[in-house]
Amino acid sequence: MNFSLNKKAAVISIIVTLACVVVSFYGSRKLQNFDPALIAYLFGTLFALFGLVYRYCVWLQRPPTRMYFKRTWQLVFTRSFLVRAFTMLKDSIRNLLFQQFIYPRGRKRWMAHFMLAAGCLAAFAITIPLTLGWINFTLDPATALEPGMTKLYNANFFGFKVMSFELGSVPAFLIFHALTWCSWLVIAGAVIFLVRRLTNAGLIASQTFEGDLLPLILLIIISLTGLGLNFSYAFMKGIAYDFMSVTHAIAVILFLVWIPFGKFFHIIQRPAQIGAHIYKQEGKKKGMAVCPHTGKEFTTRLHVDDLKIVTKEVGFDFTLEDGTSHLDYSPEGKRSLLAKAHLKARQEGGTFFG
Amino acid sequence: MEVTAYRTNMEFFVDMQRCIGCRACEMACAECETNGQESMIHVNYVERAVTIQTTVQVCMHCDDPVCAQVCPADAITKDEFAVVHSANTARCIGCSNCVMACPFGVPIKEEKYDMMMKCNMCYDRTSAGKKPMCATVCPSQALFYGTREEISRMRPNSTPVNTFIFGKQEVTTKVNIMMPKGSTHLKIH
Repeated sequence: MNFSLNKKAAVISIIVTLACVVVSFYGSRKLQNFDPALIAYLFGTLFALFGLVYRYCVWLQRPPTRMYFKRTWQLVFTRSFLVRAFTMLKDSIRNLLFQQFIYPRGRKRWMAHFMLAAGCLAAFAITIPLTLGWINFTLDPATALEPGMTKLYNANFFGFKVMSFELGSVPAFLIFHALTWCSWLVIAGAVIFLVRRLTNAGLIASQTFEGDLLPLILLIIISLTGLGLNFSYAFMKGIAYDFMSVTHAIAVILFLVWIPFGKFFHIIQRPAQIGAHIYKQEGKKKGMAVCPHTGKEFTTRLHVDDLKIVTKEVGFDFTLEDGTSHLDYSPEGKRSLLAKAHLKARQEGGTFFG
Repeated sequence: MEVTAYRTNMEFFVDMQRCIGCRACEMACAECETNGQESMIHVNYVERAVTIQTTVQVCMHCDDPVCAQVCPADAITKDEFAVVHSANTARCIGCSNCVMACPFGVPIKEEKYDMMMKCNMCYDRTSAGKKPMCATVCPSQALFYGTREEISRMRPNSTPVNTFIFGKQEVTTKVNIMMPKGSTHLKIH
């Protein structure tokens, strides 16, 4: 496998990673609020950030991706920006948060994906700021020393208090066990997907172990060992805690390091779908392309024109002798042209069958 | 995908002139496990007003697939057997670049799924050493899957061609089209 360093991507990813280190250093009040037990996770997170930004930059440099990226922002930043922004927000809630586009592919599939995504995203939102020292919890000093007073616990973000709750209360129980709820969601979703992948003949034929099964297995290991940590200190007097914490750390760090390279990168790619929707909606307003063969509209004029540029950039030239392009034809038109060319060749050959 | 019995001596041969428009291939294609009950093969009338000619189109599995090259989400891949696979469901963003760029008009944008789907030569069957569904049911052998020896015995006056000219662009494919004997390419434009 050939690997050549993409300098632009490397520079951007180094800057972003260093910026994250600086923000975390000061955000954790010069490491005062940083939890040293999470040091291995910190390096895993920083590597994941570096890898993600690097791959994202490389990805954006590909001609079709660059074209969509450029066009999306061109179409969004116009005089009707607020309308577009509202449309994007609505679409993001529907398709990124609730992944509605999966529902028509199967109700169970959507349910599984929603649980998996909700569990993972909520866990990211909790663990990443904790690992970087952006969030920490402290016992409220005013109540801590006062005997008989209900103890208050403060949640701080960048060292600033954002909320407080009573120890032993329902909110405290829900907050302290937030990762437990995430684990159950991830386990339920991943198990449904794993069963589907082990029983669906089409998937069995086309899936790969490292691309499709391993990510699910890894998520289940992370969630089970995470639950095990809680179970160990809550019900087993700490027995097997070391084993659970080491296994959990190894699985999580493997997961973090692998995010930029494997299946999990689709989490980063998915927002591009919102761009594709905007591109289609706005393109329609600019006019549709009509197929010279079928005489019917088939896509937006903008799409055809952009594809002519993109195909040339990736090494294809479908320009015809009269200056038009094969890309001016609809898919149905292209199929018909091929059949007509074949008929002509057969006619010229003197026999329709051979 | 790792354990496979794909037979590399088997090839796909298409002869549109033999298509009788019965659509048996469409029904069979929907049985393919990898498609999820969607038919991926195309049967069209060419010019309904003047002729009853129908045409049949499977994915040609290009050597350098333009669909994969124009995909902004890296969702389309070609494997070691030169089979160009349908969009990766996790990655495809439903932009239709592949649908509009394919010179053969093959990929289908399934609007309800917001995703592209296309023929992957019945990978569930071909990877197990079997023939694609469409080729097993085609009554006129417009679609044939077998060895070069078999096709040359069956069609002594035809030559399989896998080079196509679209204006300035030449495209070579894994799938062959049966042409008059001695042909080297098919010029569309």
